Amino acid sequence: MQAETLSGGFADPAIQSAQAFRGVMEAMARPGTVRSISGATPPAPLSGAAGTVLLTLCDPDTPVYLAGEADCDAVRGWLAFHTGAPLAGPSHCMFAVGTWDQLNPLSVYKIGTPEYPDRSATLIVECTELTGSGACLKGPGIKTSSALSVPEVQAFQHNTALFPLGLDFILTCGNTVAALPRSTRVSEADGATEVSSCTLP
Amino acid sequence: MTQYNFAYLDEQTKRMIRRAILKGLAIPGYQVPFASREMPMPYGWGTGGVQVSAAILTPEDRFKVIDQGADDTTNAVSIRTFFERTAGVATTTATSDASVIQTRHRIPEEPLTEKQILVYQVPIPEPLRFLEPRESETRKMHALEEYGLMHVKLYEDISRHGHIATSYAYPVTVEGRFVMDPSPIPKFDNPKLGDMAAIQLFGAGREQRIYALPPYTKVVSLDFDDHPFEASKADHPCGLCGAEESYLDEVIIDDAGGRMFVCSDTDYCERRQAAGHVGKLGGKDAA
Amino acid sequence: MYVAVKGGERAIENAHAWLAEERRGDKSIAELGIAQIREQMKLAVDRVMAEGSLYDPDLAALAIKQARGDLIEAIFLIRAYRTTLPRFGASQPVDTGAMACDRRISATFKDLPGGQVLGPTFDYTHRLLDFKLAADGEVPKAPQRDAAAGDVPHVTDFLNREGLIEEAPQDDTDPPDLTREPLEVPADRALRLQALARADEGFTLGLAYSTQRGYARNHAFVGELRIGAVSVEMDIPELGFAIEIGEVALTECETVNQFKGSKTEPPQFTRGYGLVFGQTERKAISMALVDRALRWEELGEDDVGAPAQDAEFVLYHADNIQATGFLEHIKLPHYVDFQSELELVRKLRCEAGADQAQEAAE
Ligand SMILES: [Zn+2]
Repeated sequence: MQAETLSGGFADPAIQSAQAFRGVMEAMARPGTVRSISGATPPAPLSGAAGTVLLTLCDPDTPVYLAGEADCDAVRGWLAFHTGAPLAGPSHCMFAVGTWDQLNPLSVYKIGTPEYPDRSATLIVECTELTGSGACLKGPGIKTSSALSVPEVQAFQHNTALFPLGLDFILTCGNTVAALPRSTRVSEADGATEVSSCTLP
Repeated sequence: MTQYNFAYLDEQTKRMIRRAILKGLAIPGYQVPFASREMPMPYGWGTGGVQVSAAILTPEDRFKVIDQGADDTTNAVSIRTFFERTAGVATTTATSDASVIQTRHRIPEEPLTEKQILVYQVPIPEPLRFLEPRESETRKMHALEEYGLMHVKLYEDISRHGHIATSYAYPVTVEGRFVMDPSPIPKFDNPKLGDMAAIQLFGAGREQRIYALPPYTKVVSLDFDDHPFEASKADHPCGLCGAEESYLDEVIIDDAGGRMFVCSDTDYCERRQAAGHVGKLGGKDAA
Repeated sequence: MYVAVKGGERAIENAHAWLAEERRGDKSIAELGIAQIREQMKLAVDRVMAEGSLYDPDLAALAIKQARGDLIEAIFLIRAYRTTLPRFGASQPVDTGAMACDRRISATFKDLPGGQVLGPTFDYTHRLLDFKLAADGEVPKAPQRDAAAGDVPHVTDFLNREGLIEEAPQDDTDPPDLTREPLEVPADRALRLQALARADEGFTLGLAYSTQRGYARNHAFVGELRIGAVSVEMDIPELGFAIEIGEVALTECETVNQFKGSKTEPPQFTRGYGLVFGQTERKAISMALVDRALRWEELGEDDVGAPAQDAEFVLYHADNIQATGFLEHIKLPHYVDFQSELELVRKLRCEAGADQAQEAAE
């Protein structure tokens, strides 16, 4: 077994996962806010934040889909050792991790059922940048509007149209995390950076 | 015997609850099923709230527990002690000092902030349960957004009593989609549910459901154009601190049935008194 | 002057101290030992293990002592302890055919391979108080014989050979786990049986009795009731085979029920099944009757609206820890909700009074 497989987990799982979860929960509850989370040092290409999210939320009860480059021996071994999560294809996973391009197409993931909309996948999207600027966000968790650097806008609009069904997204970059739940209405910001220029109802 | 884990629950159980909380936040007002665990306190005594608190608490938190608005009621004391013991977490009775507040049946009077989380203990999470006892049916009704039965019930109240005869656990619609039970808070507290700066999490242990309201969520109490929702309270000021706008408990003070009204939110009342506000019966000479 | 009641913490501590004192009782009487409870209150221990879903006679005995003999309280202690235990895996299905039977009776055949073994039963005791026990419980040794060698075949296997009873094909799918996933309806039979195995004995008995009295009557015979020890084996992935990790005592009841046949099935007997930890035969028989009643749909029978046929009703109300907690929670303060009701009733009465006054005036 590689040293990389055994290392990079939480040193103090109960405390570090509690702290990391609070970061993820705050991110999910307040779309558009970017927070830092730490604890895990996963093998490349995973970011520290993506690794921390996986250790915080995944275990033998959660099938995980490793998309694209994330599907490598190093990550597989690390995930298996630290979480025991089984690997699955995109249509059977509860969590998926990868870059936006590698996670697409989104149509294959579980979006829940009308009676159980919660039985849907959560996608951990590895981003090259993650800042509170860019597309305009409105909806639950957002006082008036917020902004977030999202990989694209239209896909999230399609996803929101499925509400209460749909996918939920955790965006990661380095040691930072943000989230886009299905309830968030995303639109192009018309004045480049001006958050107040949102045009959503 | 063995040492218990931080915040009592094992890590796998916490992960399961944490996943449910995230889905709850993503689908505001929808009841997420979760495999509630037996806790060392009875079902119906806050096991849902306790499990949610155990899943979100960190060592940096300051925890407050209220039951009926009060920090010193026996069950609030018992739950607060439980977390002091199992999570080593700091506790407080001051609303503004707390980062996590677990509550039964009240929302604090003092507006909550973005730095706070309110955890509700929920006995019956299903707002349609008393109209339709079957889970298999109510689940379909939520899926189809079929809430006619609820409106019929409320309207029957109006035709019979001239008012909607629901005074607590008054149902609300969340973001125009899910009808939700706010737990048995008095309907006086309903207007605080919407647009709240804090995250609100609801845990029903025995019924195995978790649901959530992210901050600034649109929450509307069900009503009719000709009978708009009205948040009511006893029409008195607090006898101790003189507050006019707080929710009041009625207390019998003598054998002749004499009554007085006092704030149900004990922290709020004490702070007002400390700041010099005095009610009719609160002064030293009022005895 | 009114002062809000304070000192909940002190009150709780004092109550706990008093409780501990009451638990001990008169100190001039010898204290009860865990081993005494385990050995001499065995049926109570068995019930606590069964409904607590944890096989550990010593812990069950401790719980009974701590709960002052309140068995539901003891079951609660065991359940709360159980949830904190790590899960290492699932055992192989136990083979009740290989049970070392202390008791094995069939009501459907006078004699059969393996024989009828009465075992340590109350059945034919005359229920007369034995005042000798009050003074001296020492008993002479009961007669012994050698245990019969080999497996004891199930009665239903004989009927199966003739095709007279419905097939119960082997099902190797992993059963759902009630303690790990939230209960969901409709529930398949494996999940229903799991819930019934830990269900309250009294509730299950009442439901089973109701089927006998005509609320979804299913004409049950006790095809077989057996009590004894079976070995528990677990696959060890590192070894590549299963090893025995221990032994548990079980009570198994298979009922043979009448069935007229349907459009697709010829007339044949059907089955009800009960399997419970320990010597718990009242519970196991009740479980089998309720299991059979809940199977109405898969057997193409009519829903006569009986409580024992209603899976959602049975499963959501059979757990005594859920039930007792919620029932007793109404002892907790409810003055906030009550206050809001008071306001409403006063308002409604006030308006009704005004209406009447107006009517009288008119
Ligand atoms: Zn006051």
